[in-house]
Amino acid sequence: MKHVLSALLGAATLLGAAPSVAQTTLTIATVNNGDMIRMQALTNEFTAKNPDINVKWVTLEENVLRQRVTTDIATKGGQFDVLTIGTYEVPIWAKKNWLIPLDNLGSDYDTADLLPKIRDAVSASGKLYAAPFYGESSMMMYRTDLFQKAGLTMPEKPTWDFVIDAANKLTDKSGGVYGICLRGKAGWGENMAFLTAMSNSFGARWFDEKWQPQFDKPEWKKTLSTYVDLMKAAGPPGASSNGFNENLALFNSGKCAMWIDATVAASFVTNPKESKVADKVGFALAPNAGLGKNANWLWAWNLAIPAGSKKAAAAEKFIAWATSKDYTKLVASKEGWANVPPGTRTSLYQNPEYLKVAPFAKLTLASIDAADPNKPSVQSVPYVGVQYAAIPEFQGIGTSVGQQFSAALAGSSTVDAALAAAQTATEREMKRAGYIK
Amino acid sequence: MATQQTQVLGRALLTPAVALLFIWMIVPLAMTIYFSTLRYSLLDSETWGFVGLENFRYFLTDPAFLTALRNTLVLVGSVLAITILLGTPLALLLDQQVVGRSIVRLMVIAPFFVMPTVSALVWKNLLMHPVSGLFAWVATLVGATPIDWFNDAPLLAVIVIVAWQWLPFATLILLTALQSQDEEQKEAAEMDGASALSTFIYLTLPHLARPITVVILIETIFLLTVFAEIFVTTGGGPGLATTNIAFLIYSQALVQYDVGNASAGGLVAVVIANIVAFFLVRIVGRNLEA
Repeated sequence: MKHVLSALLGAATLLGAAPSVAQTTLTIATVNNGDMIRMQALTNEFTAKNPDINVKWVTLEENVLRQRVTTDIATKGGQFDVLTIGTYEVPIWAKKNWLIPLDNLGSDYDTADLLPKIRDAVSASGKLYAAPFYGESSMMMYRTDLFQKAGLTMPEKPTWDFVIDAANKLTDKSGGVYGICLRGKAGWGENMAFLTAMSNSFGARWFDEKWQPQFDKPEWKKTLSTYVDLMKAAGPPGASSNGFNENLALFNSGKCAMWIDATVAASFVTNPKESKVADKVGFALAPNAGLGKNANWLWAWNLAIPAGSKKAAAAEKFIAWATSKDYTKLVASKEGWANVPPGTRTSLYQNPEYLKVAPFAKLTLASIDAADPNKPSVQSVPYVGVQYAAIPEFQGIGTSVGQQFSAALAGSSTVDAALAAAQTATEREMKRAGYIK
Repeated sequence: MATQQTQVLGRALLTPAVALLFIWMIVPLAMTIYFSTLRYSLLDSETWGFVGLENFRYFLTDPAFLTALRNTLVLVGSVLAITILLGTPLALLLDQQVVGRSIVRLMVIAPFFVMPTVSALVWKNLLMHPVSGLFAWVATLVGATPIDWFNDAPLLAVIVIVAWQWLPFATLILLTALQSQDEEQKEAAEMDGASALSTFIYLTLPHLARPITVVILIETIFLLTVFAEIFVTTGGGPGLATTNIAFLIYSQALVQYDVGNASAGGLVAVVIANIVAFFLVRIVGRNLEA
């Protein structure tokens, strides 16, 4: 019996080992956004060229992905070989040596071609710690037909006064058209991304140079009351639970006259397959309040390798493939130029074929250029980041402040009460984390 | 002598099972107690260290804590009241002889077998949605403005969803109890000319006292930890309107990655559950004796 068993075991080992010539299996964690799903579908192109590498995908919704990836890397779990992370995580994790610097992306990778703002956002002390997959800023999307009917003209650089006035004029609640759709769902990456960018244009900031929260200052009061008043007068019902996807659906079904959100939305709202208003969309820069800052943000989804990974070489090969110029060409050849991942490379914005099918390209680039993570507000700040502060505590603080602000939008709290609660909660966290002595 | 030996042997043979169960219970608890005394943030490994009771002080003085505690109690209390006040008449109805009784019973019990996340999604998107939901459609049919449930009455919306899930449980327990009721007693009451109402008050209700106690105890245990329904529908908001203790601990652990504070919160929740259980047993537990 024992002989039979060991013989069987031996045979099984042989069978298992025979086809695998030192196979490496990469486990890649990513977000369920359209561009990543497309990358997943194109994986065969990569494995065909690299027969010794297998790829396993873990695709999750943004918040869940962030929880999984963060707990995995913080506890040194080692579940993933390639991580999809945002510009928020890169500088924090690089500083903690949680990521491997990407030194061997290959000679034809052309790091110099990456947009300078995005490259800075994923670098630390001159080294690339993550490779940008797609990048975005925020901008104004509006309905040219409704504007024309109301006799309004969208300026290239709209001010908030103009936007408020236009939103009130364009609102037709009985006809189901709302003047403006903005994010209201609580979360540091949802309503706070928008509101922080908006507050920058009003001259507000999260913290002063001594890390003292600034919600008790008039700039924040002006930001939040402008936002709440505007949404009450001209926003859709149930706005306090609308995030990016909800607003996209509203805009595509023709219910919003204006929408200020991520530049990646531009390719969705101009796609006739998804949008009822595809041929009636105009673009402009995010609004300003005449202080020299627009309500722009800066974000990129990036691929990175966790420190301690035993498959770093294969992982780096994959990252170089997925973020290269050749990948862009591959997507263009299969799905058309309008669908390539935007916002990471200068060469894309010089490509006449792309510019022809992407009417939003010029403004996307201008919006990315207008955002400055090192100087997000008119006033000076101790943190890096436009629509967030790149400190580990920000996720928690941003989410609890976001809850207060969504309560103000829902009407279950006043602007003053929400700001006071945000101030107390943030001060508490910052004291606990040791920023304020 | 032989019996004593068998007893010793029996105990010895039981030891591994008891030890395993003990470890099963004590290790997580011990680790939670240990973590609760540490400054232990997943995102900030430089500042790890022993801080004593600081995490407890921090959790208990959190402005969100009292709101969460109140929400928890309101949620548990309302769902208990709804399930018992509706469950009793429902059980009485199901106890009658009607055509297709077994099918009706099955339908009434069905919600209990739907997963909490699924039922929350169904309620959120198909029933309570202010634009595309069934309630909104009915409201517009009769010319009323649809209620924006999760915006205007978020806690009530959650209570409705949870109560819908637990009503079958209460009904089921009460129905089983009704079926064990003495038919002869009821007949005797009828012959003495007692009305249906007084039969219910003086015969049925005392008979149901014990099963009602069971329902209250068991539901309380589960309702103190309601999470999926809140996570799926409102995410604890708007503001803190639907944050209960379980959700607050979740947000400490997985939004702020603060293991120390979340552990302290978990222990606080254990203490609260024990306090609630203590009073419950004192008030209604007497029914279980005898």
